[in-house]
Amino acid sequence: MEMVKELNPALIKRKRNGQINIKSGNKIDAVVKWTIWILTFLTVLAFFVFDYTGFQIERAITETIHNIRVMFLEPGLSHFSWSEAVYQVGVTLGLGILATIFGAIIAFFLSLMAAENLSKSWLSNTVRIVVAFIRAVPTVLWVLIFAIAAGLGSEAAVLGMLFHSVAYLVKAFSESFEEVNPGIIEALRATGSSWWHIVVNGVLPSTFTYLLSWTFLRFEINFSVAVAMGAAAGAGGIGFELFMASGFYFDLREVGFITYAILVVAIVLEIISTRLKERYFPSSINS
Amino acid sequence: MNAKQMRKNKWQTTIFFILIIIVTYLSTAITKFNFIDSIATIPAAFSWIFSNLLITEESLEKLPQILEKLGETIFMSIAATTLAAVVSLFLAIMGSKTTKVNQTFSVIARFIASFSRNIPVVAWSLILLISFGQNSITGFLALFVATVGFLTRAFIESVDEANQSSVEALTATGATYFHMISKAVIPQSLPQMLSWILFMIETNIRSATLVGILTGTGIGYMFDLYYKNMNYNLVALITFTIIIAVIAIELISNRIRRVIL
Repeated sequence: MEMVKELNPALIKRKRNGQINIKSGNKIDAVVKWTIWILTFLTVLAFFVFDYTGFQIERAITETIHNIRVMFLEPGLSHFSWSEAVYQVGVTLGLGILATIFGAIIAFFLSLMAAENLSKSWLSNTVRIVVAFIRAVPTVLWVLIFAIAAGLGSEAAVLGMLFHSVAYLVKAFSESFEEVNPGIIEALRATGSSWWHIVVNGVLPSTFTYLLSWTFLRFEINFSVAVAMGAAAGAGGIGFELFMASGFYFDLREVGFITYAILVVAIVLEIISTRLKERYFPSSINS
Repeated sequence: MNAKQMRKNKWQTTIFFILIIIVTYLSTAITKFNFIDSIATIPAAFSWIFSNLLITEESLEKLPQILEKLGETIFMSIAATTLAAVVSLFLAIMGSKTTKVNQTFSVIARFIASFSRNIPVVAWSLILLISFGQNSITGFLALFVATVGFLTRAFIESVDEANQSSVEALTATGATYFHMISKAVIPQSLPQMLSWILFMIETNIRSATLVGILTGTGIGYMFDLYYKNMNYNLVALITFTIIIAVIAIELISNRIRRVIL
């Protein structure tokens, strides 16, 4: 019978002491091991490359502990009021919402072009390359570049954040579209429906909830991006107040208060998105 | 699906879209966002980009300096991610349902992770800047703290997904807790974890630019400096080198991922 195959002794690799080497030829193990070694090496190397200007470890650590204690145990407001703080959090949320909603609308059309089962291969490849390029530029650079043309303010911030949101969502959306049962598309095509009919009646109903959850996951990211843009690109909102409190007034109590405000919103958003993930993506999906 | 349900669904969709429109309107009001202005900005911005963001020969002279700072930024994000991964591994093993030692440690681990993840990296860098000063360590620590939070969550998921039967089998043979972790849990979840680490390195290079602008380190500082001096040729060159670096790292990690997953 074929079932009993004799193993060619030449193929069995043995260790020096005669044991069969069970790990030999396992490419996965080798790659994992090498990656870890290279990362360790680069990490050690990094500490020799770093620039240590003005770094005094003892002073830095005692000061940080003191600062963190003041921040988190005695938060308070001195340069603006509670209602102002709520308003600024609202501005940051608003920036995040605008970038997410506009991003989702644009990403929807682009991802139809990027999905391999709904589009031509040259078109889908072009969209993918453009999106990869956009994603490689950090959001803050987009915002700063737009700020030159539009002036500092919400327009530049939303446009800059929009670019990254679109790039992220196109990837997520087009992957959901590609998972649509090909039978549905084929059946609709056989009835002679147009491309637009296929999208509206075949693809959308089966992917709508996925699209919504991805959009919400992006909103969670966009909130922290909006905080960052306020601080680094003068886009306003709670991030700008944080930057002012720590960079200009050196008011640790206010920094603490603002940090708590951001933390509360971020945790609420995280709880909602974890629920969504558990409901719609039972097995975890990478990034 | 019967007709009644379909009608109900249609209603839900309509209400949902109306809600979205209201939320969008409120957001434009609170942020003073002008829709028409911003659409008008896009062509202006792009024509500005194409006429001003050009790499000239003059700016290429600064390339060695830029590459040095870019190298510092890449090292910063790799070091922050790798060391954060080590800490996250411990936190994840303590925090996961399958491998936790006891309930208290599990709650503490999850709390640390959530706390460091949800305070944005901006806040960490501003906090650390006050006491650590303007050097690589500040940027490194800010990225490190934020990465610990994110990786712990991802690692907990990977550890939870690890096959239970091998853990059970090892426990049945009388293996100690550390044997069980090192022979059953880690080998199974290592490729998944490595994939997350690579993803985080990519993300951190982008965040490092932001952190650099705020803390005055690495490539972010260079960008900010020339941006404020309105030397747009150098701004273009810096942006271009960042793009190259990010795409190169993405390609490398995609290749590694294809083998190990």
